[in-house]
Amino acid sequence: MRFHAVSVFLLRRLVELVVLVLLVSFLVFTLEYLAPGSIIDALLGTAEKSPQLVATMRHEYHLDQPFIVQYALWLKGAVQLDFGRSVMLNVPVIQAIASRMQVTLVLGFFGFLIAVVAGLALGIVAALKKGTGVDRGTVGLTVLGVSAPTFATGLILLWAFAILLGWFPVIGEGDPNLSDRLWHLTLPAVALGISGTALMTKMTRAALIQALGQDAIGFARSRGVGSFRILFVYGLRNSMVPILTAAGIVIASTLTGSVLIEETFSLHGIGTLLISSIQNKDIPVVQGATVLIAVFVIVVNTLVDVAYLLVDPRTRGKGITA
Amino acid sequence: MTGTVTAIDTGFLQSRRRRRRRAPSAVVAAAFVIVALVVLCAIGGHWLAPYPAGKQDLVATLQGPSGAHLLGTDDLGRDVFSRIIVGAASALTGPLVISLGAMVIGTLLGLLAGYRGGIVETVIMRWVDLMYAVPQLLIAIVVVGVLDGSYWEAVLVLVVLTAPGDTRIMRGATIAQRSLPYVEALRVLGVPGPRILLRHIWPTLMPLTVAQTFLNFATSLVSLASLSFLGLGVAPGAADWGRMLAEGRELIATNPWTAVAPGIAIALTAASMNIVGDWLHERLTSGSNR
Repeated sequence: MRFHAVSVFLLRRLVELVVLVLLVSFLVFTLEYLAPGSIIDALLGTAEKSPQLVATMRHEYHLDQPFIVQYALWLKGAVQLDFGRSVMLNVPVIQAIASRMQVTLVLGFFGFLIAVVAGLALGIVAALKKGTGVDRGTVGLTVLGVSAPTFATGLILLWAFAILLGWFPVIGEGDPNLSDRLWHLTLPAVALGISGTALMTKMTRAALIQALGQDAIGFARSRGVGSFRILFVYGLRNSMVPILTAAGIVIASTLTGSVLIEETFSLHGIGTLLISSIQNKDIPVVQGATVLIAVFVIVVNTLVDVAYLLVDPRTRGKGITA
Repeated sequence: MTGTVTAIDTGFLQSRRRRRRRAPSAVVAAAFVIVALVVLCAIGGHWLAPYPAGKQDLVATLQGPSGAHLLGTDDLGRDVFSRIIVGAASALTGPLVISLGAMVIGTLLGLLAGYRGGIVETVIMRWVDLMYAVPQLLIAIVVVGVLDGSYWEAVLVLVVLTAPGDTRIMRGATIAQRSLPYVEALRVLGVPGPRILLRHIWPTLMPLTVAQTFLNFATSLVSLASLSFLGLGVAPGAADWGRMLAEGRELIATNPWTAVAPGIAIALTAASMNIVGDWLHERLTSGSNR
């Protein structure tokens, strides 16, 4: 019975995932129609436009087909990661994205790691020292961290640590080798991690305070169970659902935030590629990058939902709502 | 109801358990002062600023802070301090429209979905789920960017992306109210549905809405600033905090205040709005629930 409920849930999540991805891909596809000017104008630039040339190009880009057929053709390509050619760079879109992937991935992972480690640590400390100055200070910083936009914290860090103190490089992502890259990406990753840290701290603290306030914890304490065991085995385990939720939000916001951070620190990642493609009306690249990021976020959201099943047995039995 | 504040514990906002209900903590008071200052600058910035925001002085470019220019000047010799003050206007109007627009749309849809249920609820909540599932700021960046959107188009996009949050909250609260005896009684008395919703349920949910609007305000302030930092929405050269930050990025080595000052302005304003929103939320909802 329980197995049945879980598999129904998983199947439903999977269907929802596919529907969402289709909807997002459709929205992204329509961008081409929303954009002022046609792709033909963008491709030809200032070159002479003979009617024959325009007709051939219309055919080549399937612009002579009905809208829905165009979408189907585009989707067929997109499933195989073929988003067409970049107008600006004149390479396949996926190649342009792949060449920028490494910086964004390293930056995102680094930032996420900072957020999770620092956020969990601060959240636990604040929850254990509830009501003290340490707690109140942490919560105050949390509000500031959640509110401050990543690019603003990024610039302030840049000014303080790269220009005033000179500890870190000012711009660029460094050489492709790992140590140089990490050194270059530390400041951006810290800036990126700050808002995530704040969110993780807030959620961990609230969840842990609630979990430690339960009667069971009081009993465990009175029976002499060690505080270490109480915190990690009973407390944290019972706070996993909110913490996982926070982690999911942090992954999504880290990805969007990396667009802003790459722009702040002039890093050559997917974010700056996306922005320059938007500015140059390079629609295929915009479509490709947007679809990939959106699909990634949707998949992460689904995985978080599935992970609830793993960490909290109570969610397995009842009919889980979406 | 004698001073027992049993709201969700968020630490420093409730500094002492025995604290009387009236007195907000020093942090909350400071947040209110900052919000008031920013509102004042937004309304009267043009009279308060020592220099006109767009006034160039090509002899005195990129100066550091001094008596004449408190935060120095930028690359066109414009006074940074004055531009911060004048910039409060565009920092506040957009988020104000976004949070109020989201409040109106979210309230109507949320009440409707929560009260009617059925197909109406399904349609509305699927839309909400869709908006929740996609990375919102990314969508805003791409749509506004590709459309070559103006400031107000950016505001419109953000209204559409913010409203689902309000809708979800209002729906949940409406469902909780729907089964309460007073609603049953009204229904038995034959009061029409829309009247129950707008005259009876909505007023009880008002505090929740107000608090949420402040929180939305802070979020949309940051989102709009992010868009203008990327060069979307606001015209180049405008006295807008996000825009100033982007332009100041290049000048950070010569006069860091061109970038740091708008950064601090955005962060402080957003943080203050969040603190005020949290405080209102605790204060207003703790009374109505018990």
